[in-house]
Amino acid sequence: MPDPKLQVRGLDARYGDFQALFGVSMRVTEGEVVAVIGANGAGKSTLLKCIAGAMAVRHNAIMFHGVPIGGGPAHEVVSRGIALVPEGRRLFPSLTVEENLLVGGQLGRKGPWTLKRVYELFPVLEERRNQPAPSLSGGQQQMAAIGRALMSNPTLLLCDEISLGLAPIVIRDIYARIPAIVAEGLSLVIVEQDIVQALKTARHVYCLQEGRVALQGEAKTLTREKISAAYFGV
Amino acid sequence: MEWLNTILQGILLGGLYAMFAAGLSLIFGVMRLVNIAHGDLIVLSAYIALVTVQALGINPILSLVLVVPVMAAIGYGLQRGLLNRTLGDDLLPPLLVTFGLSVIIQNGLLELFTADSVKLDAGTVEIESIAVGGGLAIGVLPLIQFALAVAVIAGLQWLFYRTALGRAFRATSDDQPVAQLMGLNNAHVFGLAMALSLAIVAVAGVLLAVRANFDPAIGPARLIFGFEAVIIGGLGSMWGTLAGGIILGVAQAIGAQLDPGWNLLAGHIAFLVVLALRPEGLFPKVDRMS
Amino acid sequence: MSDIRVQHSNWSSRIGTTIVVIAFFALAAAPWWAERADLRLLAEIYAYVALASLWNLLAGYAGLVSVGQQAYVGLGAYLLFGLAMLAGVHPLVAIPVAGVAAAIISVPVAALMFRLRGHYFAIGTWVMAEVLRLLAAQTSALGGGSGTSLPASLVISIASSRQMREFLMYWIALAQMVAILFAIFWLLRSRYGLALTAIRDNELGARSNGIDVMLIKYAVYVAVAFGTAMVGALIFLQKIRISPDTAFSVNDWTAFVIFITVIGGIGRVEGPIIGTVIFFLLRETLADLGAIYLLILGAVAIAVMLKAPKGLWGLIADRFGWQVFPLERRLVTGKH
Repeated sequence: MPDPKLQVRGLDARYGDFQALFGVSMRVTEGEVVAVIGANGAGKSTLLKCIAGAMAVRHNAIMFHGVPIGGGPAHEVVSRGIALVPEGRRLFPSLTVEENLLVGGQLGRKGPWTLKRVYELFPVLEERRNQPAPSLSGGQQQMAAIGRALMSNPTLLLCDEISLGLAPIVIRDIYARIPAIVAEGLSLVIVEQDIVQALKTARHVYCLQEGRVALQGEAKTLTREKISAAYFGV
Repeated sequence: MEWLNTILQGILLGGLYAMFAAGLSLIFGVMRLVNIAHGDLIVLSAYIALVTVQALGINPILSLVLVVPVMAAIGYGLQRGLLNRTLGDDLLPPLLVTFGLSVIIQNGLLELFTADSVKLDAGTVEIESIAVGGGLAIGVLPLIQFALAVAVIAGLQWLFYRTALGRAFRATSDDQPVAQLMGLNNAHVFGLAMALSLAIVAVAGVLLAVRANFDPAIGPARLIFGFEAVIIGGLGSMWGTLAGGIILGVAQAIGAQLDPGWNLLAGHIAFLVVLALRPEGLFPKVDRMS
Repeated sequence: MSDIRVQHSNWSSRIGTTIVVIAFFALAAAPWWAERADLRLLAEIYAYVALASLWNLLAGYAGLVSVGQQAYVGLGAYLLFGLAMLAGVHPLVAIPVAGVAAAIISVPVAALMFRLRGHYFAIGTWVMAEVLRLLAAQTSALGGGSGTSLPASLVISIASSRQMREFLMYWIALAQMVAILFAIFWLLRSRYGLALTAIRDNELGARSNGIDVMLIKYAVYVAVAFGTAMVGALIFLQKIRISPDTAFSVNDWTAFVIFITVIGGIGRVEGPIIGTVIFFLLRETLADLGAIYLLILGAVAIAVMLKAPKGLWGLIADRFGWQVFPLERRLVTGKH
């Protein structure tokens, strides 16, 4: 069994006095897509933030390519090859689409993802390359946010609720590009509220409930009842 | 004719003020910090130029080669060593720390150089002038100063909108946490911004040293001129800052022409009038760097 | 059903207030046990306690960080000299009149200043002080740039004997400080004080709870201008001599005041008092060093701001739960 690309072991996370994650464990292997589902406040975004290095956690709790990375700093974690597509897109408002993508590529990591390649994946971005980021529609902004993360040539892409606030057809359109991203050698962790989409896209699924892993398994083995039970804790 | 000459002098002076302002609004744009010690750092540059000129016997303008990198290094160190720790939502820490810094610099210079005013001699270029017809003449030195100011502002515009560093500045200013998540090291970006700001301060300081007498206490007035130029011109716009500086310079020149004791007051009044009637400034740029 | 009420005092404030009251009587009796030089020193201390407390109210509670309060010190002083020398007002009467006049002037000033936010507001207040300084230097009736002195006849009109004058000025200084502290205490105890604390903690939240933030900020700014001007008037009445550079000195009336408040503790009433004591202790020991003294002061203020942003009193109060003045608000249940 090859070493997992990402190994999370017994992860605790706190916001001041409030504990958001309790002993969460997770693994992502080469070329795999893992989904993290759960109700609001279950800790999904927190988990991604920890992996991205934006939260102070135990150094050994998160291992990437066998190297402990827990606790960041975030800009160093990115240089190792982890990129985050933040919840709510969070494009830089005073930058154009292309400038947003270029900031993503600032670190200059080598890899297949260039401006040209991103525009091939998302042609609509090329059409709007010189427009200010806020002028794009929700779906286009989401594509730009994904493109921006890809520009750092990560080996692990973290996607936080990319379907949020988007119309179903737009969601399908975006998810249709995922295979092309995986084909370039990336592993993905996607946090999703849209369970159907999560089960369709991921091989392995973790369900969080109030900061703990309530259920995990291969997507095809998980039944509706099991998921509801884990999701809502009933 | 007298008046035309006055206005011309005011415009050229305005270039210097715009340079005071450029460094100030640069760091405000990138990290929402207003450096109360800004004027004192300009004076510090002047004194570093003084020491350089005395030690090496070179023309003050040449001392820029040394003063600019020294001040840039001071800026980077100051930001990473001290000012980064004051940044955050609370207004008080950066304001009070930079105020304390202002007091420290002023009194440090006072101890080292006494309160005597000094001036650097740039040679014949100080008295040379170019005739522009109609009996008017522009001093070569003021013209150089103005040209440098325009160059600095143009350079900043280019840096901000056409380079990777400028993108990093704007991205960090927009959204610090996400900038970190995209791989930008905020501490380093802020350090570079302050280094750039103090590099500009260094140029302004050397020009100041050559232009007129200076002593450790004149820092706060330079801060105020820079600040007034920013407000008159409008937040967020570099060219607006140049316009603001020019308007301030012209107001002061007109005031001086009416009555020598009124030059500073005239400038302040121009500032207050703009604040009263058009508080967003004369050429504000809405979302960009404010 | 038990009734719930707000309790302000605790054991430490009971002790503290008692100490303060005893100290007040001791200080009021100072003309009988202290030297003339000591009386002047004490009066200076009272002035700084008052100025720092007012600045603390403005910056620490209302969130209006001004580095231009020397505008009102100088304005109050010049108004006093103007009223006494040019309008024939009795010097002691001129103190409150100067205060009122300064308060009136501060209204349009506030209107202008409030167009600026945060750091820019701070520098704007500095500009205002500069404007007033320059205007004072242009006022030849009061000595222009070199200033003027109060004529002997006016000095004598305060009290006939020198000793009586010293005593009288001392008591007025003490009374002024006590009045200002009391006014601040009363304000903070009232529901306006509660509103101020809310504004300090979270302005947006305060506004959404119906607090008229703008009006309160205006009121605090004008009230602080009123108090600062009266303190300034008294300071220069005691000095008998005024000039634009001394009246509007940034070092004397802003730098020292800010350092006092930062080191003592911003946002608490006890802070400026503790800070003033420390400041004068430092001054007595370090004054010979001249410019180095100010340098050290600046460095100490920076260190305090970084390591102990709540100041010395903030550290102590947080650690031990002390307060000298009964100002905290705790809900207690039970019968009266």
